Amino acid sequence: MLKQLSWLILLLEVVELSYILPVSKPSEGASGFTGIWRSFKPVIDVGKCRKCLLCWLYCPEAAIKRVGDDYMSVEVDYRYCKGCGICANECPFKAIIMVKEG
Amino acid sequence: MAKTEILTGNYAVAYAAKLSRVQVISAYPITPQTSIVEKLDEFVESGELNAKYVRVESEHSAMAACIGAAATGARAFTATSSHGLMYMSELVWWAGLGKFPLVMAVVCRALAPPWSIWSEHNDVLAHRDSGWIIFFAEDNQEVLDLTIQSYRICEDERVLQPVMVALDAFILSHTSMPVSIPEQSDIDEYLPIPGSRRKPFILDPDDPLTHGNLTYPEYFMEIRYEIEKSMNSARRVIIEAGRRYGEITGRYYDSLVEDYRCGDADIVLVNVGSSCGDAKEAVDLLRDEGYKVGLLKLRTVRPFPFEDLRRICSGKRYIGVFDRNYSFGYGGILHCEVSSALSGIKVPIQGFIGGLGGRDITLDDYVWVFKILVDMADRGVEPKPPIWVGLRGVV
Amino acid sequence: MGGFKGGGLNMSISIRSLTLNEYLLPGNASCPGCPASIGLRMLGKALEGRYVLVIPACCSTIIEGPYPKSSYGVPVLNIAFAASPSAAAGIKAGFEVLGKGDIHVVVWAGDGGTADIGMASLSGAAERNDDIIYICYDNEAYMNTGIQRSSATPYAAWTTTTITGKSEHKKNLPMIMAAHRIPYVATASVAYPLDFVVKVRKAASIRGMKYIHLHSPCPTGWRFPSDKTVEVGRLAVQTGLWPLYEIDHGVFKLSDICKPLLDKRNRKPIEEYIKIQGRFSRISKEQLAELERYVESLWNEIALMIEKSKMSEGGC
Repeated sequence: MLKQLSWLILLLEVVELSYILPVSKPSEGASGFTGIWRSFKPVIDVGKCRKCLLCWLYCPEAAIKRVGDDYMSVEVDYRYCKGCGICANECPFKAIIMVKEG
Repeated sequence: MAKTEILTGNYAVAYAAKLSRVQVISAYPITPQTSIVEKLDEFVESGELNAKYVRVESEHSAMAACIGAAATGARAFTATSSHGLMYMSELVWWAGLGKFPLVMAVVCRALAPPWSIWSEHNDVLAHRDSGWIIFFAEDNQEVLDLTIQSYRICEDERVLQPVMVALDAFILSHTSMPVSIPEQSDIDEYLPIPGSRRKPFILDPDDPLTHGNLTYPEYFMEIRYEIEKSMNSARRVIIEAGRRYGEITGRYYDSLVEDYRCGDADIVLVNVGSSCGDAKEAVDLLRDEGYKVGLLKLRTVRPFPFEDLRRICSGKRYIGVFDRNYSFGYGGILHCEVSSALSGIKVPIQGFIGGLGGRDITLDDYVWVFKILVDMADRGVEPKPPIWVGLRGVV
Repeated sequence: MGGFKGGGLNMSISIRSLTLNEYLLPGNASCPGCPASIGLRMLGKALEGRYVLVIPACCSTIIEGPYPKSSYGVPVLNIAFAASPSAAAGIKAGFEVLGKGDIHVVVWAGDGGTADIGMASLSGAAERNDDIIYICYDNEAYMNTGIQRSSATPYAAWTTTTITGKSEHKKNLPMIMAAHRIPYVATASVAYPLDFVVKVRKAASIRGMKYIHLHSPCPTGWRFPSDKTVEVGRLAVQTGLWPLYEIDHGVFKLSDICKPLLDKRNRKPIEEYIKIQGRFSRISKEQLAELERYVESLWNEIALMIEKSKMSEGGC
């Protein structure tokens, strides 16, 4: 499925650029759904979260999204979260715990 | 009105770059290319040429800067020679394989050790596989004309490959000859507007793309094949550019080769570069004596002129190939390529090696070469291993 | 955001003021906990997309992900290992000639491409004062090819080519760049991202060559758990091993976070930094003592530079 998608993207690029060039377009998931890499996943305790946004700041993957009307709440994008655990380690309020994946 | 000036080959390159309104120049000095970069600096600092001159600290950086400039769509230029070309080799390949349209003048000089500053073609020919279009100039007029045409060729949407113009060290680079310099307005019409190029890609934050990232085997060959397609199109584009150039200047370059009296010749010598001038004189001399000989000058080594070669050489009694280079353990590089191009055509091919390290190839040498070919044709002997012309102490 | 143990103690910007746009897209090929990813994200937040990246061979080449997709949301020119500063100079020259001189040209290179194979090119760009921002993200080894030592690998560190620990000290790149008298040199750390963002923005406001050396603790190569990247980076600063400073038009400015560290009693013991990292697990007592001497001399030099800067600035 992913391979067919890649060929479709290649075809679109060929059509758009009219050449096959060593040129790639920006895309989420360039290495696939990297969420499948993890062994532990971060779970945010919304009650303890004080909206300091440090987890959003530090996440190497940009897998923590700012959501809500004021964009001050945070949510994990589990499709891409690699489970590194930096968010849990840095949260000053211990609002994130790393839970073993089932 | 075009005006004629007495110019060295290096100055011809500099004037051509100025006429082409190059926008980014990035070069490192090396004998015998130095007067190119010096003349260009003069043009830039006096305001005659509106270009950015990046005075890089090595040839490797020179090509890197040209690649960077070409990636923005600007018209880039560099020049080098011999070891400079070898030092920038990694990036010469990068430019060819990555499809960065730019032009480089290479003053062909021997490689070391031992140090030599004189003419030899190994430096340029070592890069014949890299996706660059390669021209060899015979005289300073060709140097100027080919450098200008190179911009039209490389920026053509059907090509988009970098172009190298090779001129022989000292024989062309430092020898003064009359050169007709076209009008700036004619060249402005001949070439696209500098910096207007958007193909094959440009760096633009409004339309981001990544050039050159990791590519798995599934996709790699198609990307390479694209370069082959460009090279094939280049054959047509070079001829069109040469024809259009002739319409403006009266000097037509509408062929990948120059056929000098090959039509009814029995013997044809294939050659490149400045010593073709002497070879043509030898042809004239021998024709006066009744020998039916001709010179086939290859203007481009890449794309290789297969069709012209096969058309002109078939039916000849003997073909000679003169190499001002050597591939140790094999033979002359052009001899190898010509032999392969003519495979299937029944004509014997004899290789000659001469002029290495800038040793003079005289009129007498060429007469000697042609007479050997005539003799071999008359006696019906098979081709021998390459004959080194003018080698002392060898029978 | 002062008072928290992270987030950068530079008061001029807040976390919430940073743009929501991401210029490093998720789903890229970086290792979990990769500091280069943090750095790239912060670079994007600092310049908000109005830049092009020049990337030589390094981890970030691979983080891009494979053709035909890319994880970078800005134009990227990948270039050969030793060529990034000159390629950037060429791009800037091209942009200026085409009237697009407002687009920043940023080199994002590892320590290998900066301190070793790219050193000549880097020095050339600095001497010419090319108008580029050069950011070296320093993970202290050739990580992309499998953790071999570079000249930026610290003393006593294990790498695959210094199995018993490196016997030379780390090449002091920021000082080498300062000796070229470029208008802006700074050190930064992924553990203090807001400080890094401020430094990038400062660099972007200056014409000429700007050099930022970003400390990037690598879990894979330094052998620590992936959740400790920021913690290790913070300890590097707190032990005094990675001083944060700027050399702004020749004037040495120690970053506020580091001012207390001038007094060695405020510097945490090096063991705290060393013991988390597997690459220092075999460190001997002599090597540790040598590292302590190194930190000592580093801070003596810093004190001297502060004095010199006070004198040249008229004691402010």
